[in-house]
Amino acid sequence: MQLTGAEIVVRCLHEEGVEHVFGYPGGAVLFIYDELFKQDKVKHILVRHEQGALHAADGYARSTNKVGVALVTSGPGVTNAVTGIATAYTDSIPLVVITGQVPTYAIGEDAFQECDTVGITRPCVKHNFLVRNVEDIATTIKKAFYIASTGRPGPVVVDIPKDVTAAKTEFSYPATVSMRSYNPVIKGHPGQIKKAIQLLAAAKRPMIYTGGGVILGDASVELTQLVKSLGFPCTNTLMGLGGYPATDKQFVGMLGMHGTYEANLAMQNCDVLFAIGARFDDRVIGNPKHFFDPKRTIIHVDVDPSSISKRVKVDVPIVGNVRDVLKEFNRQLDAGKMHMDAPALKAWWAQIEEWRGRDCLKYDRTSAIIKPQFVVQKLYEITKGDAIITSDVGQHQMWAAQFYKFNKPRRWINSGGLGTMGFGLPAAVGAQMANPKSTVACVTGEASIQMCIQELSTCKQYKLPIKVLTLNNRYMGMVRQWQEFFHGNRYAESYMDALPDFVKLAESYGHVGMRIDKPADVEPALKEAFARKKDLVFMDFITDQTENVYPMVPGGKGLSEMILV
Amino acid sequence: MRHIVSVLLENEAGALSRVAGLFSARGYNIESLTVAPTEDATLSRMTIVTSGSDEVLEQITKQLNKLVDVVKVVDLSEGEHIERELMLVKLRAVGKDREEMKRMADIFRGRIIDVTDKDYTVELTGTCAKLDAFLKAIDSSAILETVRTGASGIGRGDRVLKV
Repeated sequence: MQLTGAEIVVRCLHEEGVEHVFGYPGGAVLFIYDELFKQDKVKHILVRHEQGALHAADGYARSTNKVGVALVTSGPGVTNAVTGIATAYTDSIPLVVITGQVPTYAIGEDAFQECDTVGITRPCVKHNFLVRNVEDIATTIKKAFYIASTGRPGPVVVDIPKDVTAAKTEFSYPATVSMRSYNPVIKGHPGQIKKAIQLLAAAKRPMIYTGGGVILGDASVELTQLVKSLGFPCTNTLMGLGGYPATDKQFVGMLGMHGTYEANLAMQNCDVLFAIGARFDDRVIGNPKHFFDPKRTIIHVDVDPSSISKRVKVDVPIVGNVRDVLKEFNRQLDAGKMHMDAPALKAWWAQIEEWRGRDCLKYDRTSAIIKPQFVVQKLYEITKGDAIITSDVGQHQMWAAQFYKFNKPRRWINSGGLGTMGFGLPAAVGAQMANPKSTVACVTGEASIQMCIQELSTCKQYKLPIKVLTLNNRYMGMVRQWQEFFHGNRYAESYMDALPDFVKLAESYGHVGMRIDKPADVEPALKEAFARKKDLVFMDFITDQTENVYPMVPGGKGLSEMILV
Repeated sequence: MRHIVSVLLENEAGALSRVAGLFSARGYNIESLTVAPTEDATLSRMTIVTSGSDEVLEQITKQLNKLVDVVKVVDLSEGEHIERELMLVKLRAVGKDREEMKRMADIFRGRIIDVTDKDYTVELTGTCAKLDAFLKAIDSSAILETVRTGASGIGRGDRVLKV
């Protein structure tokens, strides 16, 4: 039987087992929407802005191990989606983004709502396609899911002209797809792994540093086993939080620009560094010149060969899927007895405990004004560390990362690489859709939340009981902090006058709003909010305007050059 | 250091932009880039002349390999290879220069492929350095126009880049 291109698109989504699509209709995708209307296997979530659709699909993917799917129209639909696509690309999130395009005969004629989607998205996708023939839709969508979800994951855009969605052909969905130009490496080289184990055994000051690759590769169980059997200190990057249980004593906290004193110093002073699914980002190691130490040996496991020796020269590269590689490490460790330098390790741990004793995350717990850290700490306690936390970008993001202890992967959802303000609320929409039984909270600021606040309407339509915690300091806090530290306290355009009344705003969207301005009210308010299992509660916490995120490694400096409180 | 990187990639719309975009986005240098289909029409062969430190070249080959359309990448400069570039150059050839230009073309094993009473067009093939040397040897005021293809490269002997 012949199907239209639009029917084929929807059938492909069925074949891929897609349950949710986040999108916004428009002229070029009307045939596809018409087919979505006629079925009920795929549920479409109508957002209020295409950026929201992408972040929601992204939050969906991050909180599960599935590919997130978004559907947007041509032209402005696509350009609005670009921020979301770039966000997913930077953090290696698997997405398939189906975009409408003007009819093939109109392409290149500056048609209404035409843009060069493939051209505009090229630098921020893992791959993209323009489907010119209806016969190619099924194979292209198969390839899109395959590419998005394998190797180092990432977003794939499939651009389909309107006439292609109307044309007809026979439908058959390929069971598998192989591409001569795309063959991601899975298993790590056993010889390299053996060599790495020898180096680890000889280490006097070892350090395990893991990133988003452990989360994306679903390798936290294998990582935990490995770290336990080695007995070494472990740090996670911002993207890697939850990869190793944060409440374990071998965990030394997050590292990087706002990492803990102990994590940063252990990183800087280690003699054997074991990097797993992490990429030595500028926010993680600062300036590579300051990080470089000729006496340090670096082992690096990553699925993407181009991440290895990009910023920091690596001694033992191991390319492969993090989980498969760590399994092999664990197998080799179980098979042979490791002879470690116990006295050296004891001294190293004593040093780390001394650094830990510096209590770098301390803040004034007696303050009469609400301290933002206190809100996150209470959030952690009340949700028993078991909520999915999304965040926006800025100070609140760092406090959430520092004070919420993530013991499990896929609980911490933030835009780490691109740093996209406006990410948190729509990401929470996706996470809540994917995990209807879980508690989902969005920790945000009054600046970030306004960048995608329209999604409160989406939350109402789908009855999503997300808890929004706005740490409202009336400033773009991180901008203000940099201006205080590096620009002579000149707060250029970082103060927000004329903020909305968030309580009324939440209420006008049909939600519950709360304003909390006393420290004593924080805990009762959170308890009340989380007790409302069916409601979205928007909590506007009026916090200390002058609070800064500590420790801080200034841009371009080394990890040991921290500003401490 | 100068490197010649050969790339086999899917002969598909947009594949060239992906490579060109990668170089500009990551700030890699392109001295020249040539591309044409191979004997297998589904594949294109690209030769990129670039320069950079060993670390930069390592990243260039890794990033190229990461492009989904790219099938194979070889840094030809890592081994024995042959490099050729074609140049067409239009030279003013009047009076005593007419003999001189003919002589210069002969010395460089060029061929005069178009003649008018005022100028010669010379076809010259060789390494980029040889073409540069020719241009240097000619009085610059006599050069009316040049067009170069950019280098193509191939490995020597049994060094074969094929799927």
